[in-house]
Amino acid sequence: MTNKVIHAIYNDDDVLMDAVKATRAAHHHIEEVYTPFPVHGLDKAMGLAPTRLAICAFLYGVCGISFATWMMNNIMIVDWPQDIGGKPSFSYIENMPAFVPVMFEMTVFFAAHLMVITFYMRSKLWPFKEAENPDVRTTDDHFLMEVELKGSEEEAVSFFKSTGAVEVKVIEKH
Amino acid sequence: MYTISRNLRITAILLIILGGIGIAVGFMQAPKTIEQAQEIIAKNSEHGGHGEAHGSAHTAGHGDAHAASKVEAHKDAAQTEEAKHEGVAHENVAHKNDTIKKAVDTAVVAAADVKSSESVVAKDTAVAPVAPVVHEEAAKKDVHAAHDDHAAHQAHLEHQFHQLQNKPWAALYVACIFVMLISLGVLVFYAIQQVAQAGWSPVLFRVMQGITAYLPVGSIIFFVILVLSVMHFNHLFVWMDEEVVKNDKLIQGKSGYLNPTFWLIRAAIFLIGWNLYRYLSRKNCLAQDAASDDSFYKKNFKLSAGFLVFFIVSESIMAWDWIMSFDPHWFSTLFGWYVFASFFVSGITTIALVTLYLQSVGELKFVNSSHVHDLAKFMFGISVFWTYLWFSQFMLIWYANIPEEVTYFVQRIEDYNLPFFGMLVMNFLFPLLILINTDFKRIKWVIVMAGIVILLGHYVDFFNMIMPSAVGDQWFIGIPEIGALMFFVGLFLLVVFTALGKADLLVKRNPFIEESKHFHY
Repeated sequence: MTNKVIHAIYNDDDVLMDAVKATRAAHHHIEEVYTPFPVHGLDKAMGLAPTRLAICAFLYGVCGISFATWMMNNIMIVDWPQDIGGKPSFSYIENMPAFVPVMFEMTVFFAAHLMVITFYMRSKLWPFKEAENPDVRTTDDHFLMEVELKGSEEEAVSFFKSTGAVEVKVIEKH
Repeated sequence: MYTISRNLRITAILLIILGGIGIAVGFMQAPKTIEQAQEIIAKNSEHGGHGEAHGSAHTAGHGDAHAASKVEAHKDAAQTEEAKHEGVAHENVAHKNDTIKKAVDTAVVAAADVKSSESVVAKDTAVAPVAPVVHEEAAKKDVHAAHDDHAAHQAHLEHQFHQLQNKPWAALYVACIFVMLISLGVLVFYAIQQVAQAGWSPVLFRVMQGITAYLPVGSIIFFVILVLSVMHFNHLFVWMDEEVVKNDKLIQGKSGYLNPTFWLIRAAIFLIGWNLYRYLSRKNCLAQDAASDDSFYKKNFKLSAGFLVFFIVSESIMAWDWIMSFDPHWFSTLFGWYVFASFFVSGITTIALVTLYLQSVGELKFVNSSHVHDLAKFMFGISVFWTYLWFSQFMLIWYANIPEEVTYFVQRIEDYNLPFFGMLVMNFLFPLLILINTDFKRIKWVIVMAGIVILLGHYVDFFNMIMPSAVGDQWFIGIPEIGALMFFVGLFLLVVFTALGKADLLVKRNPFIEESKHFHY
């Protein structure tokens, strides 16, 4: 088993998109693409599965509204149903309009924060994390496609040269 | 070029005819006399309708109803001995009750009643200052006190009689204003798209123009109804009833604004303003198709910006005039926005539905699922916006619970419980859960289903805004209501789809048309 990878570097996102399509057509396996900014349609060209983050957010929102309802009901109705300015605290529904602002904000709060935390965890992002940049230029103005090497090295290099890469490197990966 | 299909034309005409019959039936069913009204109410309560609840509701006497306020004035007058003026008022009411009895006997309708009681009042005010009359009045008062309950009952009956008489009118009014405002909502959306220089929507401009073709037709019918109201063909607007205004300090205080002449002038200005924009904008758009430069496009841009300014002012006032003035004792500051959100989302929904229909018959080849997706996003977003305003209005009034404001919602929750909360499900919960999904926003049948629910929900919204003050607890969604809705929907379909066939469905030479054709989200 070889663990060599090819780093093909491009300096234009249009060229990159075409290269990604050509690479997939040639049945090379793209490990990763590093870009300095979001390239529209790149995920589709790479054939990445769509994100399920929105579904998570919806479920977190449901948790939020449930928590808010449970909390307000417990505090205002069950635990100490005090008469505060004539508001009816006999049952939750009777006083519900007063709880809606809390319910709304909690829904948004849970949905937003838990979704962001989910994103960090799934993307393995945290403070003091060591950057995984293969080439510093990819945060500025270069695009890098990392492809698993299979078969002949020369053939692969000439193929990626032909896709418009300004630089092709073969790297031993640990 | 699109031409309206035979089936669609026949459907539309059928809807108009059936709706027309429904409207006519509604007017025939309306009682001509108080006795007939009594019969209808008795029948309704037998059938287990909502006749039961109103008895207690009316003895509690909530403010807006005109007859109820009279009953209160009457009772007060009976209790205070010394007050001369109130004595006059008391006698006035009692006399009025007599005239009502006469009116019943001779089956004379309300118009005559107004006249006779006017003359009574004139007589009373004339003799009031003379001292001996006071004794006479006191003597009369005792006699009338015995008839107190009877008089209150009579007033109550008269109140219900007016409500039942209002039913077909209110049904007509709700359907008419709703369908007209849908096309106004589309016009506003269209103007916003122009001013925002939206890159996605120019392919839909002709669809929007087609839908707004209903605006002139709807405006004329609506204005006729307004004029008929001013001419006392109905009792829709309490503040137009001189008799009521006479006994109502609150309405008297507002009469500088709420008087029929000024009211009609305002209505005319608004309707003419909106129609003028629609006419000029369409004309410029067609001229732009044949032009060699973008001058007509620029003209339309400026025109649309001006229209939006005019619109937001006129819309606010329109909401006070045509809807809030049904309850002249009640006021709410964000009411104009609330009404706007309601018909704006209905308008956007209508654009989506018409677009999907035209697509399904093979027109609009240049409209792709991303355009539809965008419309669905607007349906979703503005539905939530409507809910935000609905809740803001409701919650602020519920929370503070000031009697003069809260009667509005008390009446709606007591007498209109299902429509009042049902529309919240239709206008908020349903679109929220259905249209939140990106994939669903591209599926045609999902959008059509959500769209139909949203449109019906906002009809119910208008129903809720208008009916409680027009017919009170005598409401029902029966033949007059459905008939009126069918009539205006039929007319809408006929006018809109005929207008859609009058020009190419794709605008030419719009600076954003290429971008719009290739719009992809």
